[in-house]
Amino acid sequence: MEHRHSIKDTIKSVILAILSLAWVYPVFMILFNSLKQETSITTGTAFELPTSETFAGLMNYINALTSQGFLSAFWYSLVVTITSVVLILICCSMCAWFITRVNTWYSKALYYLFVFSMVVPFQMLMFTLSATADRLHLSSPYTICIIYLGFGAGLAVFMFCGFMKSIPIEIEEAAMIDGCSPIKTFFQVVLPILKPTLISVGILETMWLWNDYLLPYLVLDRTKGYMTIPILIQYFRGSYGRVEMGPMMASIMMNIIPIIVVYLLCQKHIIKGVAAGAVKG
Amino acid sequence: MEKSIKKYWPVFVIPTFTAFIIGFAWPFLQGLYLSFCQFITIDRANFNGIANYIYALTEEQFGYSFWFTSLFAIVSTLCINIAGLAIALALTRGIRGTNLFRSVFFMPNLIGGIVLGYIWNILLNCALTLLGKPLLSLHAPYGFIGLVILMCWQQIGYMMIIYIAGLQAIPNDYLEAARIDGATEWQTLWKVKLPNLMPSITICLFLSLTNGFKLFDQNLALTGGDPAHATEMLALNIYQTFYGRSGPQWKGYGQAKAVIFCILVIVISLLQLRSTRSKEVQQ
Repeated sequence: MEHRHSIKDTIKSVILAILSLAWVYPVFMILFNSLKQETSITTGTAFELPTSETFAGLMNYINALTSQGFLSAFWYSLVVTITSVVLILICCSMCAWFITRVNTWYSKALYYLFVFSMVVPFQMLMFTLSATADRLHLSSPYTICIIYLGFGAGLAVFMFCGFMKSIPIEIEEAAMIDGCSPIKTFFQVVLPILKPTLISVGILETMWLWNDYLLPYLVLDRTKGYMTIPILIQYFRGSYGRVEMGPMMASIMMNIIPIIVVYLLCQKHIIKGVAAGAVKG
Repeated sequence: MEKSIKKYWPVFVIPTFTAFIIGFAWPFLQGLYLSFCQFITIDRANFNGIANYIYALTEEQFGYSFWFTSLFAIVSTLCINIAGLAIALALTRGIRGTNLFRSVFFMPNLIGGIVLGYIWNILLNCALTLLGKPLLSLHAPYGFIGLVILMCWQQIGYMMIIYIAGLQAIPNDYLEAARIDGATEWQTLWKVKLPNLMPSITICLFLSLTNGFKLFDQNLALTGGDPAHATEMLALNIYQTFYGRSGPQWKGYGQAKAVIFCILVIVISLLQLRSTRSKEVQQ
């Protein structure tokens, strides 16, 4: 019985191992193609490893970094993601605390408004949103975080409210009785308790913001050269007559590498965050 | 305590609420209004009743996109959830290397839709060339299958994480009781694990179905709607109506389509949540 069990498990392990190789292969393929010479990257030979003749070293990477605006796109992506995540975490947690602790018709109405906004697809407001952003001069990478705060508030407030309900209210009451103002109570008592939730929400929002394409594509003012990495990668394909495969592969790799580094560093939090987000969802 | 918090409402609510008005509520209402207008810019909009809706509902391509999207959403939801659940079941039995497998399967979720689309575009086109078959953008069925493969690759890991969390939450007593009563593994799965997993299944079905319907980035990057709009899903169809054509009438049509799309997504979410919620067991 024991013996049979272990054979079955071994078979399962082998199947899973093969599957996970298949899972990694696409990324690996981009990696070795990004090391090939521009002329050697063709549709039919994408599976072939670079040989001594086709090997281009880091040429494509240097090319992408120097001439294709990758560095500025990387910087803008970083700015947009960090400012938006920080803003969303602070403002939405404050708003969610208010909604859960104040029990009136308008806090409930606000909550349902936020929940409603989670379901609405972006196509519904893409045209009017980009026009509004233009008019309010929010179309730079440094101000787009206000748009993201508005559009991303639904999910964040919803998740914060879910967790906030399970925090015992007595701790806050004690702080208030000791003479803390609501603002002090929030920042010194509630926020520290909320830390795991902040991490979960932060991770979910970061995953979304770093990879978001259509919203920054429509909102950011491209005449001033504002592009995030997804926009840049799409641009390689879209506007050139011929696709520059080499720099594009290199850009894809340079988009993926930071993600994988972050993933390896805080894998535990990410997986926990996703599971927690789903349970509350 | 409630009273003193209430007094501070400007500090707590105003920042988020203002941004919410700018980033959601106002554009939403404006979009709703504009769907009844002919317009090129927002300032110059002429009211023209339900003409946009009549056009949108009679346009052949929009109807085709609807059926294409629905088929895609159903097929991908089934594939993702069956595979995700199977892997989750395998990974909760203490096999060696569980953590490594879990990390690998989840990894594609961190990569954005546009990038994923290009990776798979290159990979599938190469495979098709070697097999001597037409490329993705030349043959609609391949485009469809390609989209399903891409979505599976991306989302199986995400659903797997949710299913693993659900499986780990099942009390061990239940499984032990089943074992003592002599239940086979298959019976344990159907009679004990699945009923207790209903909340996770609800969430996963909901997420994968709405993701399937709202899919845009992957669609744009993998096939771009080619050949001849045959793999164009609803979101991409709306986008093309807005930005892909010139002429004063198209933006109004696009906005009307967007409103229909929005209603569709809301209705599906409500129906789906209700139908699976009723199957959940009380604990």
